[in-house]
Amino acid sequence: MSTSTTFPSAVAAYFGGVKSALLSVFSLVLMGTYIGMGALAHDVGVSSGWLALSTVLVWAAPAQLIMISALGTGGPLFEVALAVTLSATRLFPMVVALLPLLRGPGTRLRDMLLPTHFTSISMWVESLRLLPAIAPEHRIAFCNGLSCGYMGTAVTFGFAGYYLAAGLPPLLAGVLLFLTPMSFFLSTVSNARMMIDRLALAFGLVLGPLLAYWGVQLDLLWTGIIGGGLAYAVHRVREATQ
Amino acid sequence: MKAAVVEFGPYLILVLVGFLPNEVWRVVGLLTARGLNEDSELVILSRTVATALLAGVIAKLILFSTGELASIPILVRVGAAVCAFAAFLSLRRSVCAGVIAGELALLLGGFFFVH
Repeated sequence: MSTSTTFPSAVAAYFGGVKSALLSVFSLVLMGTYIGMGALAHDVGVSSGWLALSTVLVWAAPAQLIMISALGTGGPLFEVALAVTLSATRLFPMVVALLPLLRGPGTRLRDMLLPTHFTSISMWVESLRLLPAIAPEHRIAFCNGLSCGYMGTAVTFGFAGYYLAAGLPPLLAGVLLFLTPMSFFLSTVSNARMMIDRLALAFGLVLGPLLAYWGVQLDLLWTGIIGGGLAYAVHRVREATQ
Repeated sequence: MKAAVVEFGPYLILVLVGFLPNEVWRVVGLLTARGLNEDSELVILSRTVATALLAGVIAKLILFSTGELASIPILVRVGAAVCAFAAFLSLRRSVCAGVIAGELALLLGGFFFVH
């Protein structure tokens, strides 16, 4: 690419990535999400260190949300693990789409390990937008910097939410807890640009509470399979009739 | 803290039900990074299942709230979510504006309900 951004060194590319992360709108969304996640973790009764470690190890807010809220309601661990893995399936196509952008002629598998672990919604959206304009040899360093910027923001504001929730009056603590469903709801709506994704979102919003209300076992799994399957079926029927 | 968490230890739980089931898809993606594209049917189906599941979690958090959020009436919570969505749509699909509008609506509604 003729107009690609080059950096004097890999370290400079890394910090270029950190800067891009801190200046992007996703930092604001992450702040809100992780203040809410911190409040939820406090509510469930895990430690703040556990929350920080889970942010670094899991690094996928939906999976983290499923895990923490399920631990709070005392669901069976097998079901929690299944729900987490089902929510994480979307990471697979994201990794598959991202790695070709990062891979150069001399790239080793181990250079890909960190970007693979870092793959999550915000990092993926920004990487796909920014990486094509960056010189190929600096893309991995830039991508790692971008991810560390996001992860640092998430860990910091997770602590903030955790300790804010501990000291706030009930109404404000409730408002903090509301940040998690709100920021997830709107960023999912915002990402759902195609009809099939909007249908899946709508089916999930209706089925999740219904199946839970009826006391269905593994309600979240069935919400995903039935809601997602229905949306996919509608998409196939529409395609076939067009 | 629930019994299962105490029994197994929170950090072991984190690795077994959080880290490993989540990370496995990244590793599978790394190992098969060639051969599949974003438009393949399997990729589309896995995306819709993931989206519906996440939507279910969101709706349950709003309708069957726990902790301090549960002390705010369900009608106020649902109303605030509707406000957030309306603000998001009318303010150039801004996630930040929508979240702020939803939080303000919840704060006002909660305040008036308590008093």
